[in-house]
Amino acid sequence: MIKHLWSIDQLSVDNIDLILRTADSLREVGTRTIKKVPALRGRTVCNLFFEPSTRTRISFELAAKRLSADVINFTADSKTSVSKGESFKDTALTLQAMGVDAIVIRHSSSGAPQRLSSWVDASVISAGDGAHEHPTQALLDLYSIRERFQGFEGLRIGIVGDVTHSRVARSNIKAFTKMGALVTVVGPPTLLPASIEKWGTEVSFDLDEVIPKLDVIYLLRVQRERQSEQFFPSTREYSSYWGFDARRAAALKPDALIMHPGPMNRGVEIASDMADEARSIITDQVTNGIAVRSALLYLMLGGEGADE
Amino acid sequence: MLRDPGAAVGRQKTVLEAGDLSRALRRVAHEIVERNKGAGSLVLVGIFRRGVPLAERLGRLLSEIEGVTPEVGALDVSFYRDDVGLRTPSEVSATLVPFDVTGKTVVLVDDVLYTGRTVRAAIDALVDFGRPRFVQLAVLIDRGHRELPIRADYVGKNLPTSLTEDVGVKLVETDGVDEVLITEMGS
Repeated sequence: MIKHLWSIDQLSVDNIDLILRTADSLREVGTRTIKKVPALRGRTVCNLFFEPSTRTRISFELAAKRLSADVINFTADSKTSVSKGESFKDTALTLQAMGVDAIVIRHSSSGAPQRLSSWVDASVISAGDGAHEHPTQALLDLYSIRERFQGFEGLRIGIVGDVTHSRVARSNIKAFTKMGALVTVVGPPTLLPASIEKWGTEVSFDLDEVIPKLDVIYLLRVQRERQSEQFFPSTREYSSYWGFDARRAAALKPDALIMHPGPMNRGVEIASDMADEARSIITDQVTNGIAVRSALLYLMLGGEGADE
Repeated sequence: MLRDPGAAVGRQKTVLEAGDLSRALRRVAHEIVERNKGAGSLVLVGIFRRGVPLAERLGRLLSEIEGVTPEVGALDVSFYRDDVGLRTPSEVSATLVPFDVTGKTVVLVDDVLYTGRTVRAAIDALVDFGRPRFVQLAVLIDRGHRELPIRADYVGKNLPTSLTEDVGVKLVETDGVDEVLITEMGS
């Protein structure tokens, strides 16, 4: 298994298959009374979060603890050294001196995880860097889809929303395409990147036209702040064109899946009652996130060294 | 004339054929029942990979002999191994122990007993599921060379081997045929 992960590009189809199969076992561990196995006993995983996150950080924390690893949380807020002006490099060297085995990093700058890996011996896993990628989100999304459909070949997946600002979208488009699915990106032209046609996906601005063909509809979070940044006139207008509501749910195939990376903006990209719709696997995504992140930690730290 | 030491490498010998294997299992099933005075409160847990079909076969044999069908589970011990971090993680598969082991007699089942480290890992995994009253061990082959103080309660065949030999168990469920081979690996 690779030593660091900051992009889906680093993983082969075989790597991904191995991670997903291993996640099956780790998910079973999560159903036991004692939700712990000793595989990474004595190893230390550091959550280095420069951007706020509760869900992803807790997911990684539970993933590491499920394998009996120790976890330390380094959140860059007013109580830490970062607010005292410590540079990113010095923070990295400090962690290196403390001897951690893996660092899970979320940072507002694209490329931060790769930079970090040049300063430390630990394995580096990206929990999101700028608008670049969020690879573990894509892996858990693949896992969740696989649970229903077993394979990905020919599956029609629609990614709806603010793709321009979304690292989740970038990782997912790569991951879904790599595994053989057919991706259509849907949203307002102001929120789809100019070069989108080079990404190997179909593009549409008309959600109603795309919905009946989809096996999976993947809704991206649309920040209300984008309204004030003039990307769309109002959230109400956004949701009338691209929001997932009861009318659109009726047009969706009966065995299709509704997915969202969370946290949801109920009423914007997804109507409040739709989040609890029968085809929604949004909460399963969260459960699967722990299993998939555990599997990744096990495969990355459980070997004698990376086959770089 | 000098003997070429490399000539023996790759040589295979069949030590158990299908009939031998099934007779040995049948005898092991009878021993399990005799020792435990029946099959009540017995559960079988096969150690992944080939211990699992062996456990299932023993379950059917016990059912024939005693009229009682014991619960059969499957255990993957990859996460409990003592060599995590020393070699590439092996392929894991899902553990399935859908019954309570507390108070029961658990018979662990594996194909080959060698260093004993896999069984040590299996016992650690088992106690995370509950508190068995007894844990016994049934193996198809005991090839010696224990590195831990572990011993089998029931043995299909004792097979003294050298460290340069590999014992290969093949089962119909996993390999399409029942047989046990010894292969000379050289150093």
